[in-house]
Amino acid sequence: MKFSILVSEGPYTHEAADTAYNFTKAALEKGHEIYRIFFYHDGVNNGTRLTTPPQDDRNIVNRWSELAQAHELDLVLCVAAAQRRGIADADEAKRNGKDADNIAPGFRISGLGQLIEAGIESDRLITFGD
Amino acid sequence: MSKRFLYVNRKAPYGTIYALESLEVVLIGAAFEQDVSLAFLDDGVFQLVKGQQTDELGVKNFSPTYKALGDYDVNKIYVEKESLEARGLSLDDLLPLTYEDEDDDWAEKDSIKLVSAAELAEIMEAQDVVLSF
Repeated sequence: MKFSILVSEGPYTHEAADTAYNFTKAALEKGHEIYRIFFYHDGVNNGTRLTTPPQDDRNIVNRWSELAQAHELDLVLCVAAAQRRGIADADEAKRNGKDADNIAPGFRISGLGQLIEAGIESDRLITFGD
Repeated sequence: MSKRFLYVNRKAPYGTIYALESLEVVLIGAAFEQDVSLAFLDDGVFQLVKGQQTDELGVKNFSPTYKALGDYDVNKIYVEKESLEARGLSLDDLLPLTYEDEDDDWAEKDSIKLVSAAELAEIMEAQDVVLSF
């Protein structure tokens, strides 16, 4: 089956990021396709490489990046939500006159249309959040 | 082939960003020519209350944007009766949301439909994609 995932809560604050990751991993192991993972609301905070959790805790951001690399996943941060919360790639930083970017490897920034398209193209769009 | 999208709005308009960012999805999604419906239940019914004043909060009152939904062909707006009544509200307290029906000589019609929880369950059952905010 072709799944897309919507993550709508931030990492560490809310378990949604963990559950979404575990679901994605399990679905891939079962041979399903993950068409796209879209991060919205505080979910965009899953995509900042500046995240530095204590050493004995999981690194939620690195975990996504590694999974994306291993399975060529499409991890998309909503541009409007990312701008509000200070998540930027090099282009966004330049366009908005910021002195740094912080997007993690394997993520890209794009518009909400990517969420709608994921709903159209996938068999199931599953939301992780409140 | 178009899919049936339902946006479920459950939260109050202010206090959290969910209502505003949900509306942003609806407006972007309207460009995709899918079959779109909106549902308002729980505290989400407050999103449609008319006469919202947010000056003291220091946040933008985005409720006028709901009135534009008709122009985007978003005209199936379901409000759950039980949620409305539990909060002491009636249809008269809500924004008058309308659209022009192209199949009926562009007659102006109400977009809001009051439905029971049971009816809303059936509406949800009939969807391809349900996004809850």
